[in-house]
Amino acid sequence: MIGAALLELRGLRKDFGGLEAVKDVSFTVREGQIKALIGPNGAGKTTIFNLLTGVLPAQAGRAEFAGTSLLGLAPHRIAALGVGRTFQTTLLFDDMTVLENVMVGHHLRGRMGLLGSALRGSGVRAEERVTREAAMEALARVAVAEVAARPAGELPIGQRRLVEVARALAAQPRLLLMDEPAAGLNMRETEQMGELIRQIRDAGVTVLLVEHDMSLVMGISEEILVLDRGERLAEGPPEAIQKDERVLAAYLGEEAEEC
Amino acid sequence: MNPRNATERSTELSDLQEAQVAAHRRRRRRQFLQLLVFFAVVALVPVFVRNAYYLNVLVYVGIYVIIATGLNLLMGYAGQISLGHAGFYGLGAYTSGVLTATYGWSPWAAMPVAVALTCAVAYVVGRPTLRLRGHYLAMATLGLGIIIQVLLRQSSITGGASGLLGIPAISIAGRSLETDMQYYFFVWAFVALLLVAFANLVDSRPGRALRALRESELAAGMLGVDTASYKVQAFVISAAYAAIGGILYAHASMHFLSPQPFGFHTSIALVVMVVLGGEGTLWGPVFGAATITLIQEKLRPYNDIDIVVYGLLLIVMLIMMPGGLSRGLAAFVERLRGRARVEEAAS
Amino acid sequence: MTWEQQVLQYLLSGITTGSTYALIALGFSLVYNATGVINFAQGEFVMLGGMITAVLLKSWGLSLPLAAGIAIVATTLVGLALDRAAIRPARNASIVTLVIITVGASIFMRGLAGIIWGPNEHAVPAFSGEQAITVGGAFITPQSLWVLGATVVVALAMWAVFEYTLVGKAMRACAINPVAARLCGIDLSRMVSWSFALAAGSGAIAGIVLAPLTMTQYNVGTMLGLKGFCAAMLGGLGNGLGAIAGGFLLGVLEALGAGLISSSYKDAIAFVVLLAVLVLKPSGLLGGSEGRSG
Repeated sequence: MIGAALLELRGLRKDFGGLEAVKDVSFTVREGQIKALIGPNGAGKTTIFNLLTGVLPAQAGRAEFAGTSLLGLAPHRIAALGVGRTFQTTLLFDDMTVLENVMVGHHLRGRMGLLGSALRGSGVRAEERVTREAAMEALARVAVAEVAARPAGELPIGQRRLVEVARALAAQPRLLLMDEPAAGLNMRETEQMGELIRQIRDAGVTVLLVEHDMSLVMGISEEILVLDRGERLAEGPPEAIQKDERVLAAYLGEEAEEC
Repeated sequence: MNPRNATERSTELSDLQEAQVAAHRRRRRRQFLQLLVFFAVVALVPVFVRNAYYLNVLVYVGIYVIIATGLNLLMGYAGQISLGHAGFYGLGAYTSGVLTATYGWSPWAAMPVAVALTCAVAYVVGRPTLRLRGHYLAMATLGLGIIIQVLLRQSSITGGASGLLGIPAISIAGRSLETDMQYYFFVWAFVALLLVAFANLVDSRPGRALRALRESELAAGMLGVDTASYKVQAFVISAAYAAIGGILYAHASMHFLSPQPFGFHTSIALVVMVVLGGEGTLWGPVFGAATITLIQEKLRPYNDIDIVVYGLLLIVMLIMMPGGLSRGLAAFVERLRGRARVEEAAS
Repeated sequence: MTWEQQVLQYLLSGITTGSTYALIALGFSLVYNATGVINFAQGEFVMLGGMITAVLLKSWGLSLPLAAGIAIVATTLVGLALDRAAIRPARNASIVTLVIITVGASIFMRGLAGIIWGPNEHAVPAFSGEQAITVGGAFITPQSLWVLGATVVVALAMWAVFEYTLVGKAMRACAINPVAARLCGIDLSRMVSWSFALAAGSGAIAGIVLAPLTMTQYNVGTMLGLKGFCAAMLGGLGNGLGAIAGGFLLGVLEALGAGLISSSYKDAIAFVVLLAVLVLKPSGLLGGSEGRSG
């Protein structure tokens, strides 16, 4: 069921004033895959996401999504190509309701501009209805439809993560980049998040995730890429990664430093 | 998952969807009712107020409601500030004034030209500065507003500091709007139109996109919102509202324009109307525009003391209600209710 | 006068006005660094400095040093009062609200000045005579030298404060990272008071040395404040050295523009320059690189 390459990174590089956050990283994400990026803090995982989504410019390398280069594009163009993203810190629009948040997720599916909306003809009303229903559907998919009318700023972290996923799904992406979807979640919520990620993949969305929770990563990923100090340390299925000595050393080293 | 379960789930979903659609319809209906009541009151005012002076003041209140509403789109939704909106106000007024008074155009023909010219100027300034993070638009509009003011004051086309005379009244179906009451209705018809357009706009795809980018440009961008373009569009529309206000000002009862009302102080007064009323709400800027216009009008006879009191009022009101009058009042009412509830419970 | 001499004349007068813009711009940068607020009352400090000196000289018959000293102290106290009475009570409000509060304060001060001192222009005699000095065929008044000297002294004093005193270092720390500064035990609101005091004091000095050149009036603060703000923007808001450079640049451009192009559009020149810089290099002439958003 795993298909052709959807996302290809070749020789990606980024440094912040001498500190090399990402050095020469190459990997491939295949269509229909759940792939995880792991590594100790400062390994460059979130930086890679930022390079892929137009937040930061890369110094060198290529990143192609379904044959189109992502580097140098603005975030909204990357989103329009079919790349969605959730954030480590959950960037919900706190002053808006949960439903409105997810309706913004539907933005790419709508067409109405400012002038048309000001007149609010039948076309606008029809589109609004479709948007509202699609947003509810997305909320139902992540099982938080009952909080639709609440201001997003009031939600606890568990629900914030789910709403953010629903919002990203409303845009109907082909590839979803998830930055630590389980951060701040308890064990039960983490399990549910794992189940949800699987469902998302089964519905045809490719998932690339950055995650620290090893039980989640080992449980759902088909392939894992281990990064350490901006470089690829190992790549392979979970079983192989768990046994890899370099990986163990990198993680043990981190723990030793923490002690 | 067995099929029966799936059907159950989808009925449940469609119930939830229906509930949200209905809830939204109720909210829209409530807002529509508020607008209806408001404009019914506006329409009834001339029954009780026949004094030309008061009607005239209310004409200016209407004009400022229009401009403040446009500025609210920029400040309360796109999250940007303009410190030069009086420049757009003046550009609209003078374009229509010069075209009609000097070149003998019909006001109806001058109107779209004045709006288009103002929008073009806004676009030229907004496009480069709104691509950047931060409040560069505020600085740019501050400069633009003063440049326009200096041009109005120095140029021979505008009549300079002595002003532009002989601006004709607007006529509808061959009848020119000469009386204050006629013009009152004319201006407030525009207010109604532009307020409804605003209410529609902010509760729609682009309205949500604006509110989203105000909170997080990154998250909005990752959902496909072209943040730079939306900010520019909101800015241009807010300039168009100011231009319409200017056109209505130019053809009001005085038939005369001078550069004085279009300076930096008016730009600030406009921002104050939006902030004081409560940015990001439909009614806040309406209250703000009415409050500031009436305060300035009330203070006018007390020579010299007026601006002292005005400055003091600004400081005190903003310290007491930093979220604006409409939110401040809402919180106050909430507190009263809360107290009533407590007392009820106690008795 | 030859063309070259004329240009030199414009340059000299530009440097003179430019140095007052620089002083005002410094005040904007000080408050901006401490609070993130653009203090629109900065121009009123300049007005107060000039007006208080003029009134003390004329109506009270005080000597110039005494009058100027009192004016500086009084304006500094006004700056502190502004912080205490209007900024501190609204500390938790948004930046925009705070900026508008400073606008309200500016309107209030201007109005009060108009009532107390009337609408007329007030003259302050030049500090050391009117006998112009010739420089390469162009003239410069002794008062211009006073203006330049005051700017240099204030700029150096400020540099010394920030470089060598504990308060100055603490203020720099606050500007760089307010949270970390607070964790280190720096009292943030005290730093804000200091910034208002310094901004008001330097504004007053600008007003005092400028008054003999241009006369002074209750409403001169608005335009001077806006030009000083332009200068601060040109140099990159919050950058002290940039503020000074921006002030001089603005003064020179304005004098050249008014002399060579048209004096009736003089007041627009500063803002045309501001717009041009915003479009071409928005971080200011001395600022770092600026991130572009999508």
